[in-house]
Amino acid sequence: MANQEAPRKGFADALIRLGEQHEDIVVLDADCAKSNMTNLFKNRFPERFFNIGISECDLVGTAAGMAIAGKVPFANAYANFLTGRAFDQMRISVCYSNNNVKIVGHNAGTSAAQEGATHLPLEDISLMRSLPRMTVIVPADAVEMEKAVEAAYYHKGPVYLRVGKLPVPIVTKREEPFEIGKAILYRSGTDVTIISTGIMLGESLKAAEELEMQNISAEVLHIHTIKPIDQEAIIASAAKTGHVITAEEHSIIGGLGSAVAEVLSEHQPAKLRRIGTNDRFGVSGKMDELLDLFELRAGRIAATAAELLGERVR
Amino acid sequence: MGFSEERKQFYSELTKTIRRHIVKMTNHAGSGHPGGSLSATELMSVLFFEHLNVNPADPDWDDRDCFFLSKGHCTPVYYSVLAEKGFFDTAELMTFRDVDGRLHGHPCGEHIPGVDVSSGSLGQGLSVANGVAMIAKLEGSSRRSYCMIGDGELQEGQVWEAAMTAAHFQLDNVCAIIDWNKIQLDDFVENIKGLKNLGDKFRSFGWHVVEIDGHDVEAVHEAFQEAKSTKGMPTAILAHTIKGKGISFMENTHEWHGLAPNDEQLEIALKELV
Repeated sequence: MANQEAPRKGFADALIRLGEQHEDIVVLDADCAKSNMTNLFKNRFPERFFNIGISECDLVGTAAGMAIAGKVPFANAYANFLTGRAFDQMRISVCYSNNNVKIVGHNAGTSAAQEGATHLPLEDISLMRSLPRMTVIVPADAVEMEKAVEAAYYHKGPVYLRVGKLPVPIVTKREEPFEIGKAILYRSGTDVTIISTGIMLGESLKAAEELEMQNISAEVLHIHTIKPIDQEAIIASAAKTGHVITAEEHSIIGGLGSAVAEVLSEHQPAKLRRIGTNDRFGVSGKMDELLDLFELRAGRIAATAAELLGERVR
Repeated sequence: MGFSEERKQFYSELTKTIRRHIVKMTNHAGSGHPGGSLSATELMSVLFFEHLNVNPADPDWDDRDCFFLSKGHCTPVYYSVLAEKGFFDTAELMTFRDVDGRLHGHPCGEHIPGVDVSSGSLGQGLSVANGVAMIAKLEGSSRRSYCMIGDGELQEGQVWEAAMTAAHFQLDNVCAIIDWNKIQLDDFVENIKGLKNLGDKFRSFGWHVVEIDGHDVEAVHEAFQEAKSTKGMPTAILAHTIKGKGISFMENTHEWHGLAPNDEQLEIALKELV
Protein backbone atom coordinates (compact mmCIF):
# COMPACT_ATOMS: atom_id res chain seq x y z
CA MET A 1 0.00 0.00 0.00
CA ALA A 2 1.25 3.42 -0.93
CA ASN A 3 2.54 5.72 1.73
CA GLN A 4 -0.35 7.73 3.16
CA GLU A 5 -0.58 11.06 4.94
CA ALA A 6 -3.37 13.45 5.86
CA PRO A 7 -3.15 16.63 3.76
CA ARG A 8 -3.96 18.65 6.91
CA LYS A 9 -0.78 17.29 8.47
CA GLY A 10 1.24 18.57 5.53
CA PHE A 11 -0.54 21.88 5.92
CA ALA A 12 0.21 22.11 9.65
CA ASP A 13 3.88 21.16 9.22
CA ALA A 14 4.41 23.72 6.49
CA LEU A 15 2.64 26.43 8.46
CA ILE A 16 4.89 25.91 11.47
CA ARG A 17 8.02 25.83 9.34
CA LEU A 18 6.99 29.07 7.66
CA GLY A 19 5.98 30.54 11.01
CA GLU A 20 9.50 30.00 12.28
CA GLN A 21 10.92 31.95 9.36
CA HIS A 22 8.29 34.67 9.09
CA GLU A 23 7.00 36.62 12.06
CA ASP A 24 4.24 38.17 9.99
CA ILE A 25 2.29 34.90 9.80
CA VAL A 26 -0.75 34.79 12.06
CA VAL A 27 -3.31 32.00 12.19
CA LEU A 28 -7.02 32.21 12.91
CA ASP A 29 -9.47 29.38 13.40
CA ALA A 30 -13.19 29.06 14.03
CA ASP A 31 -13.18 26.57 16.90
CA CYS A 32 -11.76 23.77 14.75
CA ALA A 33 -8.11 24.07 15.74
CA LYS A 34 -7.85 20.46 16.85
CA SER A 35 -9.56 19.14 13.74
CA ASN A 36 -7.71 21.49 11.37
CA MET A 37 -4.41 20.85 13.20
CA THR A 38 -3.86 24.58 13.58
CA ASN A 39 -3.46 23.74 17.29
CA LEU A 40 0.06 22.63 16.35
CA PHE A 41 0.81 26.20 15.26
CA LYS A 42 -0.92 27.47 18.40
CA ASN A 43 1.29 25.31 20.62
CA ARG A 44 4.39 26.62 18.91
CA PHE A 45 3.36 30.28 18.56
CA PRO A 46 0.53 30.89 21.05
CA GLU A 47 0.65 34.67 20.69
CA ARG A 48 0.19 34.47 16.94
CA PHE A 49 -2.85 32.20 17.06
CA PHE A 50 -6.39 33.51 17.43
CA ASN A 51 -9.43 31.35 18.00
CA ILE A 52 -12.29 33.56 16.84
CA GLY A 53 -14.99 31.09 17.82
CA ILE A 54 -17.82 29.67 15.77
CA SER A 55 -18.27 32.67 13.52
CA GLU A 56 -16.84 32.27 10.03
CA CYS A 57 -17.96 35.70 8.80
CA ASP A 58 -16.26 37.41 11.73
CA LEU A 59 -13.21 35.18 11.21
CA VAL A 60 -12.71 36.34 7.64
CA GLY A 61 -13.34 40.01 8.47
CA THR A 62 -10.91 39.86 11.38
CA ALA A 63 -8.30 38.31 9.11
CA ALA A 64 -8.80 41.19 6.67
CA GLY A 65 -8.08 43.65 9.49
CA MET A 66 -4.93 41.75 10.41
CA ALA A 67 -3.78 41.97 6.80
CA ILE A 68 -4.39 45.73 6.88
CA ALA A 69 -2.17 45.80 9.97
CA GLY A 70 0.62 44.19 7.91
CA LYS A 71 0.27 40.53 8.80
CA VAL A 72 -0.22 37.51 6.55
CA PRO A 73 -3.23 35.82 8.14
CA PHE A 74 -4.22 32.21 7.44
CA ALA A 75 -7.96 32.01 8.19
CA ASN A 76 -9.04 28.41 8.82
CA ALA A 77 -12.46 26.80 9.03
CA TYR A 78 -14.34 23.92 7.49
CA ALA A 79 -14.54 24.62 3.76
CA ASN A 80 -18.30 24.18 3.54
CA PHE A 81 -19.08 26.75 6.23
CA LEU A 82 -16.23 29.05 5.33
CA THR A 83 -16.96 29.40 1.63
CA GLY A 84 -20.72 29.21 1.97
CA ARG A 85 -21.27 31.42 4.95
CA ALA A 86 -18.42 33.91 4.65
CA PHE A 87 -18.53 34.29 0.87
CA ASP A 88 -19.57 37.93 1.09
CA GLN A 89 -16.83 38.75 3.60
CA MET A 90 -14.29 37.23 1.20
CA ARG A 91 -15.84 39.17 -1.65
CA ILE A 92 -15.80 42.60 0.02
CA SER A 93 -13.39 42.64 2.98
CA VAL A 94 -10.79 40.42 1.31
CA CYS A 95 -10.90 40.34 -2.50
CA TYR A 96 -12.43 43.72 -3.39
CA SER A 97 -10.24 45.33 -0.73
CA ASN A 98 -7.27 43.35 -2.12
CA ASN A 99 -6.20 42.17 1.31
CA ASN A 100 -3.44 39.60 1.61
CA VAL A 101 -5.50 36.92 3.37
CA LYS A 102 -5.04 33.18 2.95
CA ILE A 103 -8.36 31.38 3.24
CA VAL A 104 -7.95 27.75 4.24
CA GLY A 105 -10.94 25.49 3.64
CA HIS A 106 -10.62 22.25 5.58
CA ASN A 107 -12.44 18.90 5.36
CA ALA A 108 -12.09 19.07 1.58
CA GLY A 109 -14.36 17.02 -0.65
CA THR A 110 -15.29 13.70 0.95
CA SER A 111 -12.84 13.90 3.84
CA ALA A 112 -15.41 14.81 6.48
CA ALA A 113 -16.84 11.41 5.53
CA GLN A 114 -19.41 10.29 8.08
CA GLU A 115 -20.32 13.85 9.10
CA GLY A 116 -22.56 13.77 6.05
CA ALA A 117 -23.87 16.26 3.53
CA THR A 118 -23.70 19.42 5.66
CA HIS A 119 -19.97 18.91 6.16
CA LEU A 120 -18.95 17.77 2.68
CA PRO A 121 -17.83 20.76 0.65
CA LEU A 122 -18.57 19.89 -2.97
CA GLU A 123 -19.18 23.45 -4.15
CA ASP A 124 -16.31 25.42 -2.56
CA ILE A 125 -14.02 25.49 -5.60
CA SER A 126 -16.88 26.80 -7.71
CA LEU A 127 -17.63 29.59 -5.24
CA MET A 128 -14.01 30.62 -4.75
CA ARG A 129 -13.24 30.51 -8.45
CA SER A 130 -15.92 33.13 -9.10
CA LEU A 131 -14.27 35.75 -6.91
CA PRO A 132 -12.11 38.32 -8.71
CA ARG A 133 -8.48 38.30 -7.47
CA MET A 134 -8.86 34.95 -5.68
CA THR A 135 -6.19 32.34 -6.39
CA VAL A 136 -7.55 28.81 -5.88
CA ILE A 137 -5.18 25.97 -5.00
CA VAL A 138 -6.20 22.31 -4.62
CA PRO A 139 -3.16 20.15 -3.76
CA ALA A 140 -3.08 16.43 -4.44
CA ASP A 141 -1.54 15.15 -1.21
CA ALA A 142 0.34 16.12 1.95
CA VAL A 143 3.65 16.59 0.11
CA GLU A 144 2.21 18.95 -2.47
CA MET A 145 0.27 20.66 0.32
CA GLU A 146 3.49 21.74 1.99
CA LYS A 147 4.64 23.39 -1.22
CA ALA A 148 1.25 24.98 -1.75
CA VAL A 149 1.25 26.56 1.72
CA GLU A 150 4.63 28.07 1.04
CA ALA A 151 3.58 29.35 -2.39
CA ALA A 152 0.42 30.81 -0.88
CA TYR A 153 2.47 32.70 1.69
CA TYR A 154 4.81 34.19 -0.90
CA HIS A 155 1.96 35.07 -3.25
CA LYS A 156 0.78 38.60 -2.51
CA GLY A 157 -3.01 38.62 -2.57
CA PRO A 158 -5.99 36.50 -1.58
CA VAL A 159 -5.58 32.73 -1.84
CA TYR A 160 -8.03 29.88 -1.25
CA LEU A 161 -6.32 26.66 -0.21
CA ARG A 162 -8.31 23.41 -0.08
CA VAL A 163 -7.15 20.99 2.61
CA GLY A 164 -8.32 17.42 3.15
CA LYS A 165 -8.66 15.81 6.55
CA LEU A 166 -8.09 12.08 6.11
CA PRO A 167 -4.94 10.27 4.97
CA VAL A 168 -4.59 9.79 1.22
CA PRO A 169 -1.75 8.19 -0.75
CA ILE A 170 1.31 10.32 -1.45
CA VAL A 171 1.51 10.49 -5.24
CA THR A 172 3.53 13.66 -5.82
CA LYS A 173 7.28 13.97 -5.50
CA ARG A 174 9.00 16.24 -3.05
CA GLU A 175 11.54 17.43 -5.63
CA GLU A 176 8.85 18.40 -8.16
CA PRO A 177 8.80 22.20 -8.48
CA PHE A 178 5.53 23.91 -7.53
CA GLU A 179 4.50 27.13 -9.15
CA ILE A 180 1.08 28.72 -8.73
CA GLY A 181 -0.77 28.57 -12.04
CA LYS A 182 1.49 25.92 -13.59
CA ALA A 183 0.05 22.52 -14.41
CA ILE A 184 2.27 19.47 -13.95
CA LEU A 185 2.45 16.80 -16.63
CA TYR A 186 2.56 13.51 -14.75
CA ARG A 187 2.37 11.22 -17.71
CA SER A 188 2.62 11.73 -21.44
CA GLY A 189 0.14 10.15 -23.82
CA THR A 190 -1.39 10.61 -27.22
CA ASP A 191 -5.00 9.34 -27.16
CA VAL A 192 -6.69 11.03 -24.23
CA THR A 193 -5.87 13.65 -21.61
CA ILE A 194 -6.94 13.11 -18.03
CA ILE A 195 -6.92 16.40 -16.18
CA SER A 196 -7.09 16.00 -12.42
CA THR A 197 -7.10 18.16 -9.36
CA GLY A 198 -6.65 17.36 -5.67
CA ILE A 199 -6.69 13.75 -4.60
CA MET A 200 -7.98 12.64 -8.01
CA LEU A 201 -4.42 12.72 -9.28
CA GLY A 202 -3.81 9.31 -7.73
CA GLU A 203 -6.94 7.80 -9.33
CA SER A 204 -6.05 9.42 -12.65
CA LEU A 205 -2.59 7.85 -12.68
CA LYS A 206 -4.15 4.47 -11.92
CA ALA A 207 -6.67 4.99 -14.71
CA ALA A 208 -3.83 5.75 -17.13
CA GLU A 209 -2.23 2.42 -16.23
CA GLU A 210 -5.52 0.59 -16.77
CA LEU A 211 -5.90 2.29 -20.15
CA GLU A 212 -2.41 1.29 -21.13
CA MET A 213 -3.46 -2.37 -20.79
CA GLN A 214 -6.17 -1.58 -23.34
CA ASN A 215 -3.58 -0.01 -25.62
CA ILE A 216 -4.93 3.46 -24.96
CA SER A 217 -2.27 6.07 -24.35
CA ALA A 218 -3.42 8.48 -21.66
CA GLU A 219 -1.78 11.75 -20.71
CA VAL A 220 -2.22 12.90 -17.08
CA LEU A 221 -2.13 16.61 -16.43
CA HIS A 222 -2.36 17.69 -12.81
CA ILE A 223 -3.95 21.07 -12.16
CA HIS A 224 -3.21 22.13 -8.58
CA THR A 225 -4.13 25.73 -9.33
CA ILE A 226 -7.71 25.98 -10.53
CA LYS A 227 -7.38 29.73 -10.79
CA PRO A 228 -5.49 31.12 -12.58
CA ILE A 229 -5.73 27.96 -14.67
CA ASP A 230 -2.87 26.90 -16.93
CA GLN A 231 -4.57 27.47 -20.28
CA GLU A 232 -1.46 26.76 -22.31
CA ALA A 233 -0.93 23.31 -20.84
CA ILE A 234 -4.60 22.37 -21.31
CA ILE A 235 -4.67 23.64 -24.89
CA ALA A 236 -1.40 21.91 -25.80
CA SER A 237 -2.53 18.57 -24.40
CA ALA A 238 -6.01 18.74 -25.93
CA ALA A 239 -4.50 19.68 -29.29
CA LYS A 240 -2.46 16.51 -29.10
CA THR A 241 -5.14 14.05 -27.88
CA GLY A 242 -8.44 15.65 -28.86
CA HIS A 243 -10.13 13.88 -25.92
CA VAL A 244 -10.27 15.19 -22.38
CA ILE A 245 -11.55 13.80 -19.09
CA THR A 246 -11.58 15.97 -15.97
CA ALA A 247 -11.54 14.41 -12.50
CA GLU A 248 -12.27 16.26 -9.27
CA GLU A 249 -13.52 15.52 -5.76
CA HIS A 250 -16.10 18.27 -6.20
CA SER A 251 -19.23 19.05 -8.16
CA ILE A 252 -18.82 19.03 -11.92
CA ILE A 253 -20.58 22.40 -11.84
CA GLY A 254 -18.21 25.32 -11.49
CA GLY A 255 -15.03 23.50 -10.53
CA LEU A 256 -12.19 22.00 -12.54
CA GLY A 257 -14.51 20.50 -15.14
CA SER A 258 -16.15 23.82 -15.84
CA ALA A 259 -12.84 25.66 -15.88
CA VAL A 260 -11.39 23.21 -18.42
CA ALA A 261 -14.59 23.34 -20.50
CA GLU A 262 -14.27 27.11 -20.67
CA VAL A 263 -10.71 26.89 -21.94
CA LEU A 264 -11.42 24.14 -24.46
CA SER A 265 -14.61 25.60 -25.89
CA GLU A 266 -12.94 28.94 -26.52
CA HIS A 267 -9.49 27.83 -27.65
CA GLN A 268 -9.24 24.14 -28.49
CA PRO A 269 -12.57 22.34 -28.93
CA ALA A 270 -12.18 18.73 -27.86
CA LYS A 271 -14.41 15.90 -26.70
CA LEU A 272 -14.87 16.30 -22.97
CA ARG A 273 -16.31 14.32 -20.10
CA ARG A 274 -16.35 15.67 -16.54
CA ILE A 275 -16.02 13.34 -13.57
CA GLY A 276 -17.02 14.68 -10.19
CA THR A 277 -20.18 14.75 -8.11
CA ASN A 278 -23.25 15.21 -10.26
CA ASP A 279 -25.24 18.11 -8.82
CA ARG A 280 -25.99 16.33 -5.59
CA PHE A 281 -25.37 16.47 -1.86
CA GLY A 282 -23.27 14.00 0.03
CA VAL A 283 -24.27 11.37 2.57
CA SER A 284 -22.65 9.81 5.63
CA GLY A 285 -20.04 7.17 4.94
CA LYS A 286 -16.39 6.24 5.19
CA MET A 287 -14.28 8.28 2.78
CA ASP A 288 -13.57 5.20 0.64
CA GLU A 289 -17.26 4.39 0.56
CA LEU A 290 -18.09 7.92 -0.53
CA LEU A 291 -15.47 7.85 -3.28
CA ASP A 292 -17.04 4.59 -4.47
CA LEU A 293 -20.56 5.98 -4.22
CA PHE A 294 -19.65 9.08 -6.21
CA GLU A 295 -17.59 6.91 -8.60
CA LEU A 296 -14.52 9.08 -8.07
CA ARG A 297 -12.39 6.11 -9.01
CA ALA A 298 -9.80 5.06 -11.56
CA GLY A 299 -12.17 2.49 -13.02
CA ARG A 300 -14.73 5.09 -13.92
CA ILE A 301 -12.11 7.44 -15.34
CA ALA A 302 -10.72 4.64 -17.51
CA ALA A 303 -14.16 3.48 -18.63
CA THR A 304 -15.20 7.01 -19.47
CA ALA A 305 -12.01 7.55 -21.43
CA ALA A 306 -12.51 4.32 -23.39
CA GLU A 307 -16.12 5.24 -24.08
CA LEU A 308 -15.13 8.71 -25.25
CA LEU A 309 -12.50 7.24 -27.56
CA GLY A 310 -15.10 4.83 -28.89
CA GLU A 311 -16.92 7.84 -30.25
CA ARG A 312 -13.79 8.72 -32.19
CA VAL A 313 -14.17 8.65 -35.96
CA ARG A 314 -11.72 5.96 -36.91
CA MET B 1 -12.68 69.24 28.42
CA GLY B 2 -14.88 71.35 26.16
CA PHE B 3 -13.92 73.36 23.10
CA SER B 4 -12.78 76.97 22.98
CA GLU B 5 -15.08 79.42 21.21
CA GLU B 6 -12.64 79.39 18.35
CA ARG B 7 -12.80 75.61 18.07
CA LYS B 8 -16.59 75.65 18.24
CA GLN B 9 -16.60 78.20 15.43
CA PHE B 10 -14.24 75.95 13.45
CA TYR B 11 -16.66 73.02 13.70
CA SER B 12 -19.65 75.19 12.94
CA GLU B 13 -17.97 76.17 9.67
CA LEU B 14 -16.52 72.73 8.91
CA THR B 15 -19.78 70.86 9.39
CA LYS B 16 -21.61 73.35 7.18
CA THR B 17 -18.95 72.95 4.52
CA ILE B 18 -19.25 69.17 4.71
CA ARG B 19 -23.03 69.31 4.49
CA ARG B 20 -22.73 71.53 1.43
CA HIS B 21 -20.41 68.94 -0.12
CA ILE B 22 -22.92 66.18 0.68
CA VAL B 23 -25.85 67.80 -1.08
CA LYS B 24 -23.73 69.01 -4.02
CA MET B 25 -22.12 65.59 -4.52
CA THR B 26 -25.41 63.70 -4.46
CA ASN B 27 -26.98 66.32 -6.75
CA HIS B 28 -24.05 65.95 -9.14
CA ALA B 29 -24.38 62.15 -9.20
CA GLY B 30 -28.16 62.14 -9.29
CA SER B 31 -28.03 59.40 -6.66
CA GLY B 32 -26.44 58.60 -3.32
CA HIS B 33 -27.21 58.68 0.37
CA PRO B 34 -27.56 62.14 1.92
CA GLY B 35 -29.69 61.19 4.96
CA GLY B 36 -27.18 59.04 6.85
CA SER B 37 -24.32 61.25 5.72
CA LEU B 38 -25.90 64.36 7.22
CA SER B 39 -26.61 62.52 10.48
CA ALA B 40 -22.95 61.45 10.80
CA THR B 41 -21.37 64.81 9.95
CA GLU B 42 -20.41 65.95 13.47
CA LEU B 43 -19.26 62.47 14.49
CA MET B 44 -17.01 62.11 11.46
CA SER B 45 -15.70 65.67 11.68
CA VAL B 46 -14.67 65.50 15.33
CA LEU B 47 -13.18 62.02 14.90
CA PHE B 48 -11.01 63.02 11.97
CA PHE B 49 -10.03 66.49 13.19
CA GLU B 50 -9.46 65.74 16.91
CA HIS B 51 -8.80 62.07 17.47
CA LEU B 52 -7.88 59.93 14.50
CA ASN B 53 -4.10 59.73 14.37
CA VAL B 54 -3.55 59.78 10.60
CA ASN B 55 -1.26 61.56 8.20
CA PRO B 56 -2.83 62.53 4.87
CA ALA B 57 0.67 62.89 3.39
CA ASP B 58 1.43 59.28 4.33
CA PRO B 59 -1.93 57.49 4.39
CA ASP B 60 -0.46 53.99 4.81
CA TRP B 61 1.86 54.88 7.69
CA ASP B 62 2.24 51.77 9.86
CA ASP B 63 1.16 53.12 13.23
CA ARG B 64 -1.81 55.12 11.98
CA ASP B 65 -5.20 54.81 13.59
CA CYS B 66 -7.72 53.06 11.37
CA PHE B 67 -11.26 54.11 10.63
CA PHE B 68 -13.77 51.80 8.96
CA LEU B 69 -17.05 53.05 7.57
CA SER B 70 -19.15 49.94 8.03
CA LYS B 71 -22.24 51.80 6.81
CA GLY B 72 -20.49 52.10 3.47
CA HIS B 73 -23.31 53.88 1.67
CA CYS B 74 -22.51 57.09 3.54
CA THR B 75 -19.66 57.97 1.20
CA PRO B 76 -20.81 61.59 0.76
CA VAL B 77 -19.77 62.43 4.31
CA TYR B 78 -16.77 60.08 4.28
CA TYR B 79 -15.23 61.46 1.10
CA SER B 80 -15.98 65.02 2.21
CA VAL B 81 -14.21 64.57 5.52
CA LEU B 82 -11.24 62.81 3.87
CA ALA B 83 -10.93 65.66 1.35
CA GLU B 84 -11.24 68.38 4.00
CA LYS B 85 -8.62 66.54 6.06
CA GLY B 86 -6.29 66.65 3.04
CA PHE B 87 -6.27 63.07 1.73
CA PHE B 88 -7.24 64.37 -1.71
CA ASP B 89 -8.38 67.58 -3.31
CA THR B 90 -11.90 68.78 -2.51
CA ALA B 91 -12.40 69.44 -6.24
CA GLU B 92 -12.46 65.66 -6.75
CA LEU B 93 -15.65 65.45 -4.68
CA MET B 94 -17.56 66.55 -7.75
CA THR B 95 -16.56 63.33 -9.50
CA PHE B 96 -18.68 61.39 -6.99
CA ARG B 97 -20.11 58.22 -8.59
CA ASP B 98 -18.65 59.11 -12.00
CA VAL B 99 -17.77 56.06 -14.07
CA ASP B 100 -14.24 57.26 -14.75
CA GLY B 101 -13.55 58.36 -11.16
CA ARG B 102 -12.47 56.56 -8.02
CA LEU B 103 -15.10 57.97 -5.67
CA HIS B 104 -17.51 55.09 -6.19
CA GLY B 105 -20.94 54.89 -4.58
CA HIS B 106 -19.45 52.73 -1.86
CA PRO B 107 -15.82 53.10 -0.77
CA CYS B 108 -13.09 51.14 -2.50
CA GLY B 109 -10.21 50.50 -0.12
CA GLU B 110 -7.71 49.91 -2.84
CA HIS B 111 -7.97 53.23 -4.61
CA ILE B 112 -8.85 56.01 -2.19
CA PRO B 113 -6.15 57.40 0.11
CA GLY B 114 -7.22 57.09 3.73
CA VAL B 115 -9.68 54.26 3.05
CA ASP B 116 -8.34 51.00 4.48
CA VAL B 117 -11.06 48.59 3.45
CA SER B 118 -13.89 48.43 0.97
CA SER B 119 -17.37 48.43 2.40
CA GLY B 120 -20.94 48.59 1.27
CA SER B 121 -22.10 45.17 2.30
CA LEU B 122 -23.42 45.98 5.76
CA GLY B 123 -22.13 44.37 8.92
CA GLN B 124 -18.50 43.78 8.00
CA GLY B 125 -16.60 46.76 9.43
CA LEU B 126 -16.33 45.86 13.10
CA SER B 127 -14.64 42.52 12.39
CA VAL B 128 -12.03 44.33 10.32
CA ALA B 129 -11.54 46.94 13.04
CA ASN B 130 -11.01 44.12 15.55
CA GLY B 131 -8.34 42.54 13.33
CA VAL B 132 -6.30 45.75 13.27
CA ALA B 133 -6.74 46.18 17.03
CA MET B 134 -5.66 42.60 17.81
CA ILE B 135 -2.44 43.08 15.86
CA ALA B 136 -1.85 46.44 17.60
CA LYS B 137 -2.11 44.60 20.93
CA LEU B 138 0.22 41.86 19.69
CA GLU B 139 2.83 44.40 18.65
CA GLY B 140 2.41 46.76 21.58
CA SER B 141 1.33 49.57 19.27
CA SER B 142 -0.85 52.35 20.62
CA ARG B 143 -2.81 52.60 17.37
CA ARG B 144 -6.57 52.63 17.70
CA SER B 145 -9.32 51.27 15.53
CA TYR B 146 -12.63 53.02 14.93
CA CYS B 147 -15.73 51.74 13.20
CA MET B 148 -18.91 53.60 12.31
CA ILE B 149 -22.01 51.43 12.15
CA GLY B 150 -25.54 52.41 11.17
CA ASP B 151 -28.40 51.68 13.53
CA GLY B 152 -30.28 49.67 10.89
CA GLU B 153 -27.02 47.86 10.20
CA LEU B 154 -27.17 46.41 13.72
CA GLN B 155 -29.69 43.96 12.27
CA GLU B 156 -26.76 42.19 10.59
CA GLY B 157 -25.61 39.23 12.68
CA GLN B 158 -21.91 39.68 11.96
CA VAL B 159 -21.93 42.89 14.01
CA TRP B 160 -22.76 40.86 17.09
CA GLU B 161 -20.21 38.17 16.30
CA ALA B 162 -17.64 40.95 16.16
CA ALA B 163 -19.03 42.57 19.31
CA MET B 164 -18.35 39.29 21.14
CA THR B 165 -14.86 39.09 19.68
CA ALA B 166 -13.94 42.65 20.74
CA ALA B 167 -15.13 42.03 24.29
CA HIS B 168 -13.51 38.60 24.55
CA PHE B 169 -10.12 39.87 23.44
CA GLN B 170 -10.52 42.98 25.65
CA LEU B 171 -9.95 45.29 22.71
CA ASP B 172 -9.96 48.63 24.52
CA ASN B 173 -8.36 50.08 21.40
CA VAL B 174 -11.61 49.52 19.51
CA CYS B 175 -14.31 52.17 19.41
CA ALA B 176 -17.63 51.56 17.64
CA ILE B 177 -19.69 54.61 16.76
CA ILE B 178 -23.35 53.92 16.25
CA ASP B 179 -24.99 56.61 14.14
CA TRP B 180 -28.37 56.16 15.80
CA ASN B 181 -30.53 58.21 13.45
CA LYS B 182 -33.53 55.88 13.98
CA ILE B 183 -34.24 55.44 10.26
CA GLN B 184 -33.28 52.80 7.70
CA LEU B 185 -34.06 52.49 4.00
CA ASP B 186 -37.70 51.46 4.21
CA ASP B 187 -38.91 53.02 7.43
CA PHE B 188 -38.11 53.84 11.05
CA VAL B 189 -35.85 51.16 12.54
CA GLU B 190 -38.40 50.49 15.28
CA ASN B 191 -40.99 49.64 12.61
CA ILE B 192 -38.71 47.23 10.77
CA LYS B 193 -36.81 45.35 13.49
CA GLY B 194 -36.39 47.44 16.62
CA LEU B 195 -33.17 47.78 18.60
CA LYS B 196 -34.81 47.55 22.04
CA ASN B 197 -32.50 48.57 24.91
CA LEU B 198 -29.49 49.08 22.67
CA GLY B 199 -27.24 50.33 25.48
CA ASP B 200 -28.05 47.25 27.54
CA LYS B 201 -27.35 45.05 24.55
CA PHE B 202 -23.82 46.40 24.19
CA ARG B 203 -23.23 46.42 27.96
CA SER B 204 -24.35 42.82 28.26
CA PHE B 205 -21.93 41.94 25.45
CA GLY B 206 -19.13 43.36 27.60
CA TRP B 207 -18.76 46.83 26.14
CA HIS B 208 -18.40 50.22 27.76
CA VAL B 209 -21.25 52.38 26.50
CA VAL B 210 -21.37 56.15 26.10
CA GLU B 211 -24.67 57.67 24.99
CA ILE B 212 -24.57 61.17 23.53
CA ASP B 213 -26.19 63.73 21.27
CA GLY B 214 -24.29 63.04 18.07
CA HIS B 215 -24.72 66.59 16.82
CA ASP B 216 -23.13 68.20 19.90
CA VAL B 217 -19.47 68.43 18.91
CA GLU B 218 -18.27 68.84 22.49
CA ALA B 219 -20.20 65.76 23.60
CA VAL B 220 -18.77 63.84 20.66
CA HIS B 221 -15.25 64.98 21.55
CA GLU B 222 -15.69 63.94 25.18
CA ALA B 223 -17.10 60.55 24.16
CA PHE B 224 -13.98 59.81 22.11
CA GLN B 225 -11.82 60.87 25.06
CA GLU B 226 -13.78 58.58 27.35
CA ALA B 227 -13.30 55.71 24.89
CA LYS B 228 -9.54 56.31 24.89
CA SER B 229 -9.34 56.25 28.68
CA THR B 230 -11.50 53.13 29.04
CA LYS B 231 -9.34 50.08 29.75
CA GLY B 232 -10.02 46.38 29.38
CA MET B 233 -13.08 46.65 27.17
CA PRO B 234 -14.15 48.19 23.87
CA THR B 235 -16.32 51.28 23.81
CA ALA B 236 -19.54 51.82 21.89
CA ILE B 237 -20.60 55.41 21.38
CA LEU B 238 -24.34 55.44 20.89
CA ALA B 239 -24.86 58.74 19.14
CA HIS B 240 -28.43 59.98 18.91
CA THR B 241 -28.66 61.78 15.61
CA ILE B 242 -31.21 63.06 13.14
CA LYS B 243 -31.29 61.56 9.69
CA GLY B 244 -30.93 64.35 7.13
CA LYS B 245 -29.75 66.77 9.84
CA GLY B 246 -29.34 70.36 8.68
CA ILE B 247 -31.65 70.31 5.66
CA SER B 248 -35.21 71.01 6.75
CA PHE B 249 -36.96 68.89 4.16
CA MET B 250 -34.56 65.94 4.59
CA GLU B 251 -34.72 65.73 8.38
CA ASN B 252 -36.19 62.68 10.04
CA THR B 253 -37.61 60.97 7.00
CA HIS B 254 -36.68 57.71 5.32
CA GLU B 255 -37.44 59.23 1.91
CA TRP B 256 -33.99 60.86 1.91
CA HIS B 257 -32.07 57.73 2.88
CA GLY B 258 -31.02 57.14 -0.70
CA LEU B 259 -32.36 60.03 -2.75
CA ALA B 260 -30.42 62.87 -4.36
CA PRO B 261 -31.67 66.45 -4.35
CA ASN B 262 -32.60 67.92 -7.73
CA ASP B 263 -31.28 71.36 -8.71
CA GLU B 264 -34.16 73.20 -7.11
CA GLN B 265 -33.88 71.23 -3.87
CA LEU B 266 -30.12 71.75 -3.90
CA GLU B 267 -30.61 75.49 -4.05
CA ILE B 268 -32.94 75.42 -1.04
CA ALA B 269 -30.54 73.15 0.85
CA LEU B 270 -27.54 75.39 0.18
CA LYS B 271 -29.47 78.43 1.42
CA GLU B 272 -30.10 76.60 4.69
CA LEU B 273 -26.37 75.89 5.02
CA VAL B 274 -25.09 79.44 4.76
